[in-house]
Amino acid sequence: MFAAIDWVLKELTYYLSYGLTVLIRWVLDLVGANSSILESSQYKGAVNFFFYDTMKIFLMLSVIIFIVSIIRSFFPPERTKKLLGEGKARGFLGNIFAALLGIVTPFCSCSAVPVFIGFVESGIPLGVTFSFLISSPMVNEVALVMLWGLFGWQIALLYIATGVIVAIIAGIIIGKLKMEEYVEEYVYNMKMGEAEIENPTWKQRFGDARHYVAEILKKIWPYVIIGIAIGAVMHGWAPAGLLAKYAGKENPFAVFVAVLIGIPLYSNAAGTIPIVKELTRLGMPMGTALSFMMSVTALSLPEMIILRKVLKPKLLAVFIGIMAVTIVIIGYLFNLIIP
Amino acid sequence: MNIKILGSGCSNCKKLQAVTEEAVKDAGVDATIEKVEDIKKIMAYGVMRTPALVINEKIKAFGRIPTKDEIKKYIKEV
Repeated sequence: MFAAIDWVLKELTYYLSYGLTVLIRWVLDLVGANSSILESSQYKGAVNFFFYDTMKIFLMLSVIIFIVSIIRSFFPPERTKKLLGEGKARGFLGNIFAALLGIVTPFCSCSAVPVFIGFVESGIPLGVTFSFLISSPMVNEVALVMLWGLFGWQIALLYIATGVIVAIIAGIIIGKLKMEEYVEEYVYNMKMGEAEIENPTWKQRFGDARHYVAEILKKIWPYVIIGIAIGAVMHGWAPAGLLAKYAGKENPFAVFVAVLIGIPLYSNAAGTIPIVKELTRLGMPMGTALSFMMSVTALSLPEMIILRKVLKPKLLAVFIGIMAVTIVIIGYLFNLIIP
Repeated sequence: MNIKILGSGCSNCKKLQAVTEEAVKDAGVDATIEKVEDIKKIMAYGVMRTPALVINEKIKAFGRIPTKDEIKKYIKEV
């Protein structure tokens, strides 16, 4: 199946690249410019990279977001809250369980506050709540698809595993620090009603999934295209090994800097991955690249501003600190493990 | 008929409000559309995902934006 899709994409890429080249040559001839650049291997490499990766990414995004959306329709946060709140999973088990549920439970960042309040209100321990809150945005399905498409399933799995591990560790530490008093008081005074969880029909699940695919693609396609275009230019013209000197394993600060750069880049998560692919080809080690992606998806400024509504500054600072430190450690660890 | 849109003011909440207004106009019913942004009131409905659509104090949909036709169906059910 994959081989057949790959063949179709390669054929399509060939014709699209050829068509684009003919078009550009026509324009260049018209204005009397030199069109010899179109014969260079750099140009061909960049154009092929652009078409092939764009088609592949959009195809994978559509299929996988659809499947993820179907799976998620079985785990609304209201049900997750019940699962975690019934007291079956206390202690470390609770953290592990919460981090895993974070992967499959959908909520957008504008629902982070109600989800947090709902969990705390129903008696779920603070550390367990954090394990959930961290893994949910960190294991981001768009980032997952991009990683799978561009680096292969091993790296995608690695990304899930590290996301879950960071969520478990950070949740356990926050639980041990006993920081309940640093949650805004009004959270504890909240009385929550009991909403009926609607059980959608299969027709609704499919309809919602299709709707969700369209919604996500509409939101991220410019970032993906710009990201792939930048990646394509780097692919054509930047020599391999360019970055090895600055961001390679010999530079002990590379992971640290990568995490810092990632924090303000939140909205462009989908666009950063094609660039990261090229960065690794140019000599950035995989661990550094993973740290960068995690800080892009999990340590975002907008998310922090939203969480400030329920967390006092001290707990928010502890949260950011723990996340940053664990992400940096994981970056160094993977740089050690992956050759 | 009383319709409430629950949401903290994100873009999806505004979209739901617009769709609801259209649906009410299409259905030709007399309804007041109220926007609820107070998190305490939203939580009281037991909803954790916004936006949510409440008609005559009954939650009809949450965590997604129903289509205009769906909302018209909800209105007719009342």
